Amino acid sequence: MLQIKNLHAAVEGKEILRGIDLDVKTGEVHALMGPNGSGKSTLARVLAGQDSYEVTAGEVLYDGKDLLAMEPEERAREGVFMAFQYPVEIPGVSNTYFLKAALNAVRKHRGLPDLDAVDFLKLVRQKMKLVQMEESLLNRPVNEGFSGGEKKRNEIFHMAVLEPRLAVLDETDSGLDIDALRIVAAGVETLRQPDRAFLLITHYQRLLNYIVPDRVHVMVDGRIVRSGGKELALELEEKGYAWLESLARLAPGVAAAAEPSPAVSVPAAGA
Amino acid sequence: MSSQATRQPLRAALATPESAAAKVVAAPEVISGRDRDLAAAAPYLADWEAFRRELPETPETRVTPESPETSETPETSETPEISALRQAAIRRFAALGFPTTRQEEWRYTNLAPLARAAFRRADGLLDPADRLGPGAVARWTFDAAATLVFVDGRFAPELSTGAGRGGREGQLPPGVMVASLAGVLAREPQRVTPYLGRHTSFQDEPFVALNTAFLHDGAVVMLPRGAVLERPIHLLYLSTPFPVPPGRRSRHASAGAGAPGVAAVPAARATVSYPRNLIVAGEGSQVTVVETYAGEGAYFSCGVTELIAGPGAAVDHYKVQRESREAYHLATLQVYGERASVISSHSISLGGGLVRNDVNALLDGEGIDCILNGLYLADGRQLVDNHMRVEHAKPHCASHELYKGILDGKARTVFNGLIHVHPGAQKTDAKQSNRNLLLSADAIANSNPRLEIFADDVRCTHGSTVGQLDADAVFYLRSRGIGEAAARSLLTYAFASDIVARIKVEAVRHDLEEYLFARLPQGEVVRQAV
Repeated sequence: MLQIKNLHAAVEGKEILRGIDLDVKTGEVHALMGPNGSGKSTLARVLAGQDSYEVTAGEVLYDGKDLLAMEPEERAREGVFMAFQYPVEIPGVSNTYFLKAALNAVRKHRGLPDLDAVDFLKLVRQKMKLVQMEESLLNRPVNEGFSGGEKKRNEIFHMAVLEPRLAVLDETDSGLDIDALRIVAAGVETLRQPDRAFLLITHYQRLLNYIVPDRVHVMVDGRIVRSGGKELALELEEKGYAWLESLARLAPGVAAAAEPSPAVSVPAAGA
Repeated sequence: MSSQATRQPLRAALATPESAAAKVVAAPEVISGRDRDLAAAAPYLADWEAFRRELPETPETRVTPESPETSETPETSETPEISALRQAAIRRFAALGFPTTRQEEWRYTNLAPLARAAFRRADGLLDPADRLGPGAVARWTFDAAATLVFVDGRFAPELSTGAGRGGREGQLPPGVMVASLAGVLAREPQRVTPYLGRHTSFQDEPFVALNTAFLHDGAVVMLPRGAVLERPIHLLYLSTPFPVPPGRRSRHASAGAGAPGVAAVPAARATVSYPRNLIVAGEGSQVTVVETYAGEGAYFSCGVTELIAGPGAAVDHYKVQRESREAYHLATLQVYGERASVISSHSISLGGGLVRNDVNALLDGEGIDCILNGLYLADGRQLVDNHMRVEHAKPHCASHELYKGILDGKARTVFNGLIHVHPGAQKTDAKQSNRNLLLSADAIANSNPRLEIFADDVRCTHGSTVGQLDADAVFYLRSRGIGEAAARSLLTYAFASDIVARIKVEAVRHDLEEYLFARLPQGEVVRQAV
């Protein structure tokens, strides 16, 4: 579903992504981990289409189509969703109305008629239960005055309503207390379906206690230095990022080779 | 009514005309010749001489108050008080001339185009209904306790509804008066002479002076103690284009080419009107007044509204400025509040080519709550200047100002707001905020909030911002599937929405929403979304 090949991206002339290769298949949940500044969030933003990042090399295919050639709204309409690390407050636009405009834009793209007010409300009520969101947040302006946890839950709620095919969650777990984390994770688990893929970007292993990924990737300094199964996350938790960072500093590609582990494999080139 | 003695040369004028004139002459001249354009004033002075000759010299016969209001004729009786006020005003205007950008208060507002245009009064030879296109009135009206329509500054009773004196026809509560100023001046000028010009100084305001010199018609809204009007009073000022387009002359055209009304209208003659409104809300009364200004073609609207809120009165004032893009609109709202009055002013400025809105409030009693909201939209080459002056003269008053501007194209806007706290006005709570949204790189917003505080126990804040749409917010909306133009429209609407939400008159709020949907590039998406 998502194929990232040798992706390089820079912001203000500084290269942040230095050759990312990643292959996410339909129905899979991938976790992308890494220390601060490794480029995880940059990757998320490039995938969502934020234009402050310049792609200098490589390509991204989504269902075989050139994702990078699409405007951000086209990506969303094609079924790509990004849950923001810092959801933006939008005074004056109510959460419901915003969602309605977004959903109808997506539906229109899919050749579906606009939902009428009754059906929309029914849908919204049903999805709110998923993230245990209070109804009062519906009528408030988007994210305005929301607590950190409410903002993150609101992102998952938006995701549930828009029903994307590929969801990129950018540090949705950060800043969440354990209860909120459970709710968010349960929301994601509910949406986990054979026709939908997830890319979970996280700094911490703890989210993966609730959402068990099919694959785990570790990013250091703009590259994926290790990929593996869910065990890799535990190994990281145990050894810390310094383990991989020190190896990554030696030379590109060395980290994986220097300390081979049966649970860890080097990502196949061009996968 | 009590009154502060700071800014009112006219009070003397009302008492003794001679001393007022002397005072005007003796007033210190602080304006140098370079800072004023006296030549621009000349056509108005000539127009005034002609205007004065049309006025009766002395009040001979006054129609009794019992005569029906709707059949009023524009026969004006000039009382000595009004005459003196008028003369003092024209003298002052002659001395002030048109301001140039060398004057601080006009620094960003160049009146040279207005000065070149030399507008004159409408001659009033055509019936208002003939000057207006079909549906011209209906498109602006809404459910109101009374709707007074003015065409080129003159009251048009046949287009108006609900005007009159309360208690007789049962439409208005007893003692309430909603009438044309010309009618009141003709029949019972004593009702208005105590108030006209009382709180509105023209000492430094050339266009207040000009309006006062030509003071003739407008609306009078007076509420006795305790009167409550639930529905708003609507004052609708329509300006018409000259020459009158063919097809609008039906009545006269049918009389042939030699019909007096048509032949007398010069081919191209743009007009000026001088709306003058007086709102006096007695103790504990409640009223909402909506002023709408609209028109076609080039013209000059030079208005003054005086609003006096008695003790405990609650007055909501709305001005919806929808003038034509070729029009000049320079107008002043002067608010005078007495103790415990609750006053709100909403200035919605959408049209006009060159617009200057002055809003002045003198809070002259304890415990006044004064809210001043404003929204201005400007694009193309529109120039919109908002000047505010709030004077806290007594303790324990609150004034909260929020003005928001949306600029596109090569628009220029000015916000100049002054909060002046007098000595002794302790516990003043004053807030002033001006926020500007620039949608183009060529638009310029000037913002100058000012505080002058002469009391020590006060809470005053002010602030202004000039910025563009938040790129992160645009991206956030787009990442959810909303197109870029729609995202920008939504955020622009959102910027204005808190001012829109504060409009309590449903019809005014609805009209503004519709206007915004029509003006925003992706208004239909916004309409669906909000």
